[in-house]
Amino acid sequence: MAHGLNFLRRRITGDYEIDDFGYDAELTDQVIMSVLRPFKEKYFRVEVKGIENIPEKGAALIVANHSGTLPVDGLMLQVAVHDHHPAARNVRMLAADLVFVLPLINELSRKLGHTLACAEDAQTLLERGEVVGVMPEGFKGIGKPFSERYKLQRFGRGGFVQTALRAGAPIVPCSIVGAEEIYPMIGNSKTLARLFGIPYFPLTPAFPWLGPLGLVPLPTKWTIQFGEPIPTDGYSPEAADDPMLMFNLTDQVRETIQHTLYKLLVQRRSVFF
Amino acid sequence: MLVTGVARQLGGRFVRRVQREPDVDRVIGVDAVPPEHHLGGADFLRADIRHPTIGRVLAEQGVDTVVHMDVNGTPLGKRGSRATVKETNVIGTMQLLGACQKTPSVKRLVIKSSTNVYGSAPRDPAVFTESTPPKSLPSGGFAKDVVEVEGYVRGFARRRPDVAVCVLRFANVLGPCADSPLAEYFSLPVLPTVLGFDPRLQFVHEDDAIEVLRIAAGEPARSTLNSGTFNIAGDGVLLLSQAARRLGRPTLPFFLPTVTWVGSALRSVGALDFSPEQIRLLTHGRVVDTTQMRETLGFHPRYSTPEAFADFARSRGAGLLPPETLARTVDRIAALMPAGSGQN
Repeated sequence: MAHGLNFLRRRITGDYEIDDFGYDAELTDQVIMSVLRPFKEKYFRVEVKGIENIPEKGAALIVANHSGTLPVDGLMLQVAVHDHHPAARNVRMLAADLVFVLPLINELSRKLGHTLACAEDAQTLLERGEVVGVMPEGFKGIGKPFSERYKLQRFGRGGFVQTALRAGAPIVPCSIVGAEEIYPMIGNSKTLARLFGIPYFPLTPAFPWLGPLGLVPLPTKWTIQFGEPIPTDGYSPEAADDPMLMFNLTDQVRETIQHTLYKLLVQRRSVFF
Repeated sequence: MLVTGVARQLGGRFVRRVQREPDVDRVIGVDAVPPEHHLGGADFLRADIRHPTIGRVLAEQGVDTVVHMDVNGTPLGKRGSRATVKETNVIGTMQLLGACQKTPSVKRLVIKSSTNVYGSAPRDPAVFTESTPPKSLPSGGFAKDVVEVEGYVRGFARRRPDVAVCVLRFANVLGPCADSPLAEYFSLPVLPTVLGFDPRLQFVHEDDAIEVLRIAAGEPARSTLNSGTFNIAGDGVLLLSQAARRLGRPTLPFFLPTVTWVGSALRSVGALDFSPEQIRLLTHGRVVDTTQMRETLGFHPRYSTPEAFADFARSRGAGLLPPETLARTVDRIAALMPAGSGQN
């Protein structure tokens, strides 16, 4: 109770600190995480494997697959690392520019420590020794039809590898199983998407037919597996400008994630249990 | 030394301060209107920098350092119009640089610029360094003026490589006697904000602004370099919501499409002179990286962003919801709680 009042006192008098990117550590730890935690533990029952692959301290770049129509997977990844990692590290997710255009969403996103997916921000965060999370498939991954589930899309132009190399941060591949089925996207209304200025407008068995009820995600069973870190500090400074090396490393990361996805899918008993 | 824009608070303070420097023997203050404050014994010359007379002044007085502070977002006093300000910013800078180019005695040029050059857009990186190109160039207003001014300055630096040119990009300057639009905004009893946006803001204290101008206008200290472009801002960041709470002023959020309308309504009643780029700043915010300022220029601000803001807040008096009162209320509630639950 006293703790809560102290918290309230600090909040209403503005007596807290945020970093250059707008990350509000206190609000994230005390409020937003507590809201997201039940989803991770009770709703999606996220099983976390290989958390030891994220270093205790210092920079690292987590590269994960992206799916699920809405970026719930990014949030679950953040809660999972925060709750399971011995150092309770906060992953700084890189988000699409659309996030920072939308009112309210951009505010929450910045307070959670997310920032725009651009090389400048990613490099600054890595140089400060943060764990940065990126989903290089972007809209191609999150907005792909249900029939293509668990098929990794193209990994952009591999800019994330370049950034990691420049900062000398290890790349931790991460495979998320379960997020694909939360909103099975069976159709995409291009007209409505264009009307709202968004990259895709999902049609699921429940959305938009059931109205707000259609926004309730299916309670699938999730697994988040972190793979062996791929070191990037052994290369010369010019290596970041070598396109062949970039392609190879990008491919290596992509293959690792894809194979782990297949392995996890074989082990999975059912979508919901 | 010649200083432009001395009729403004900051220009006047800088002139008074810089005369105490041992290697400055004479300071000439220039502005189109006579200053209301005293200049501490500096010569005041009433001249409009938009006219070629400024060239004669430079040559006759044998000026070696020019500090150009007449780049401003708002007109001085209530009478000036935005068009005049734009002319002084852009044409004035052109004239002044032309005059400097023809005057061989000029050895050093300091420009007071602004972090407005980066614009304020959701698609920009969160932290701007001096070399970050903005994704969307400012389309008008003060921000565009600054972009043009810096363009002319770069041209000048190419044509006169023997002149040390220092461009200081200031974040919002705040302090007890700041008279910027942002200071006016924070003096409103209720702060209008944009619904769903909480911009990150950075401030520089007036004292720090004067100090960094002094460093830029003098000989560089050992192992520092005072020519180039530098971002100037206090450490740390404040969110607008946080700033409002520290100030004790309630906020009133408006839906984004209606904000421009609210802005012009406030302008028409004379409460506030608010330009579209300020609305953009208060929507998306702006943070700059100050590594260059510390490591190359060797300047360490005395006030961080929260400290500069606290100093400003003290000078403005309490708002409707003073943080002290709120804190006391919470403490009182805590005291009323049964003792057992107060342990954890």
